[in-house]
Amino acid sequence: MRVQKCKGTCDLSTEEMRLFRFIEGAFRESCGKWGYQEVRTPTIEYLHLFTSTGTLTPSTLGKVYSFLDWDGWSGERVVLRPEGTIPAVRLYIDEMAEKKLARLFYVINTFIFEETGKENREKWQCGVELIGADSITADVELITLSLEVLKKLGLKNIELKLSHAGLIRALLTGFGLSPEDQGKVFDRILDGDVAVLSRLKAETPDLARLLTPLLDMKGNNAGFLRNLKTLFSSDLPDFIPELDNFIGVADLLSAMGVKYQIDIASGRGFEYYTGMIFQMFKGEIKLGGGGRYDALIPLMGGKNTPASGFALQMNTLMNAIEMPAPSGPEINKILLVTNASQPDLVKSAYNTAGSLRKAGFIVSIRVDTEDKADFKWVIEISAAAPEFTVINQENKRKVSAQTIVEVLKLLGENSGS
Amino acid sequence: MAVRIALPKGKLLDETAAFLEKAGWQLNDYSQTMRNYRLKSARFPEMLIKVFQEKDIPIQVAIGNYDLGICGLEWIEELTSKYTASAPVKIRNLGYGRGALYIAASSAAGVSSLKDLSQEPETIRIVSEYPNIAESFALNLRLRRSGVYPVWGAAEAYPPENATLALVAGNTDENSLNNGLKSLGKVLDFSAYLIANRASWQQKDLSEVMSTLENVELEEKEIPLAASIPSFHFVPQVIDKDTVRLALPDGHAQKHTVQLLNKAGILVDDYPSKTGNRRPTTNLEGVVIKVIRPQDMPLQVANDNFDLAITGIDWLTDHLNMFPGSPVQALVDFKVSWVRIVAAVAGDVPVNNIYDYRQLCQKKESSVRIASEYVNIADKYARDNRLGMYRVLPTWGATEAFIPEDADILIENTETGSTIARHNLKIIDTLFESTAHLIGAKNREYSTVKKARIEKLVKLLSKAAESK
Repeated sequence: MRVQKCKGTCDLSTEEMRLFRFIEGAFRESCGKWGYQEVRTPTIEYLHLFTSTGTLTPSTLGKVYSFLDWDGWSGERVVLRPEGTIPAVRLYIDEMAEKKLARLFYVINTFIFEETGKENREKWQCGVELIGADSITADVELITLSLEVLKKLGLKNIELKLSHAGLIRALLTGFGLSPEDQGKVFDRILDGDVAVLSRLKAETPDLARLLTPLLDMKGNNAGFLRNLKTLFSSDLPDFIPELDNFIGVADLLSAMGVKYQIDIASGRGFEYYTGMIFQMFKGEIKLGGGGRYDALIPLMGGKNTPASGFALQMNTLMNAIEMPAPSGPEINKILLVTNASQPDLVKSAYNTAGSLRKAGFIVSIRVDTEDKADFKWVIEISAAAPEFTVINQENKRKVSAQTIVEVLKLLGENSGS
Repeated sequence: MAVRIALPKGKLLDETAAFLEKAGWQLNDYSQTMRNYRLKSARFPEMLIKVFQEKDIPIQVAIGNYDLGICGLEWIEELTSKYTASAPVKIRNLGYGRGALYIAASSAAGVSSLKDLSQEPETIRIVSEYPNIAESFALNLRLRRSGVYPVWGAAEAYPPENATLALVAGNTDENSLNNGLKSLGKVLDFSAYLIANRASWQQKDLSEVMSTLENVELEEKEIPLAASIPSFHFVPQVIDKDTVRLALPDGHAQKHTVQLLNKAGILVDDYPSKTGNRRPTTNLEGVVIKVIRPQDMPLQVANDNFDLAITGIDWLTDHLNMFPGSPVQALVDFKVSWVRIVAAVAGDVPVNNIYDYRQLCQKKESSVRIASEYVNIADKYARDNRLGMYRVLPTWGATEAFIPEDADILIENTETGSTIARHNLKIIDTLFESTAHLIGAKNREYSTVKKARIEKLVKLLSKAAESK
């Protein structure tokens, strides 16, 4: 009877893990150098952590993995975390709230049910949160950091798409909807149905005039946004400040030579965002995204603290980038072979392996009938002198050596590294 | 392959029987007093016809054990509001069994609209037999913090003392809710539906059967009301730190419970109630009573909604298997309502005990399907007996009907073993014996007065249990 893996999950093979660590390594290195510090939150959280803020849409919450814990007779449900920001913010409120500014990053798995079972229900993400800053420069720092990581991974032709949740929300207030209906329309937009806006009847001619250029057109500099501003002259009080904030970010990015596309309708899936939203695409594939979520921390019971963040999707990145060729010790693996029935020889093999590992080599001592072909070097250890025979598996050349120093010299001369 | 259909027990049975009679099916014994859940039709002798609890029917049809089924729309929604991918096809609204689901609060609670609740920072407890619909309702209302308490029944008994809201079924008149509930809004209109498994509908020729059903004239009918209590009857319970909250069982267990209370000299007015009143009164000072399902009692005691309750040790065991750290414990064995909890398989399975059954399981290519009302007992039993790859199928009664097509083994209670034998099943193990018990919570701090009241009640009931 063969037991299969769970629907909607995936294994990472040794090759895939190498790729995973490569991506994680690039991400951690950049974050570290930009002054971000790593945190890790638990896989299990209370469900109400995610319902209490009212920031995740009902359709997302309807797909979380929630269950009663072994002591859950009170009905308090727990979840496998569906996303990373809310737990990170909880951690900040719990333990770091006295800090004015926190630069945090994490690499975690998240869980959301996906119906067909063909997509992953468990996803890994590299997340960054910049808590305590509300300036345009903070938004731009996150955008440029995310782009640096993608560049480091060898990705070219990355498209950066910008939208603005504050702008969408300000627009919604112009439709004369009740707060409840506004919430519903916003949920629809977040679930991907941006067209819902054009189906609504705008109350003022100004707004009607604005909808088409705002939703259907795309711009690639702040001029586009300034053009929009000229179309707009009526009394939506929040609209102009939000638009000015957007223009500020766009101007700064342009000044830094960062290319982008303004696409208001790309705001999907950013449930707690209040301001700038940015997403990175390669072709049709979304690699990651983020934005500003100033309302979240007070909603979760923390002090009024602005914040923004982004996440890169590990699974899509793994599909998008080329596996780096193995290098260094990876291609110079050594297998030590000796007569396992003689304790003295086994001991000597262990000592030799220790010295070689210290010198930076990857060394295995042969067990059973392990295949020599998986190694670049085979070193036979015998009781009689010469103690070491070093065999280069590529050209089958054999060279004898009396001491470990001689062995290291041989490997150094021939390793090519 | 013969057509397979799942028919309902319970509130839709009479109307469904009349409907199929008009369709000319000539079923042998489809009535409230039927002795076997497997039926025969003279019109379709090949057809596999089984009777289930209504709640099980959408699940059985959705997973493809049955091509067709008849059940109320509310149970279809209960399945599909959580598991959207498995939706069965709704073929025809049969018109009868009309009613509605309401979200309701106690008329005494002062909740006037749902809007008031969405801003509420405290946990809003929603009690319902329809937990998936309730959960989806809570998410869509964006309640900040809510807890859905699934119950086997009697949801109307809980507000306002033990829950804020109840999602309950009533008839189409919004004012028909009983036990002091006031509707805050209608969630769903329902009636009986003919449903089909999606794949069967797309790939299997059901036309011969369908043609007999299509031409039957149907008339709209309301579901019968479970209770009829004039609203003036309702008084919320006055509970303070000294009040003892006692839960008494509804259903079959009432007879034994009344005898026991009589023996203990405890008078309970209007229990069992002809009108469906779930708040009988008593002569015991400082004790308030609610009548709820015995299945729900251990969880309710664990949650501190009740101090004492009378239920079977079977349901306490099921609860403790799910929550090993629960504070609930058995206090008094009443030695009545005796049943044994057994494992049974189809009569022709060549084993006579669980050890041999385990050997048989190891040779199986697919999972062992364990059907039971006692989900947690069944789960632990399968683990303890190393049944290997298994799955537990929760049922809502009539479990005997599942074997052999829809389950391989069942964990069920039996008094005489006759229902099990009548369904050609064979008992291969007795897990334990169960009797009615008084249950309570350990390590709970009570006021001196309350502690004395509880001790007195326990003493009275212990004495009654011992007397012949």
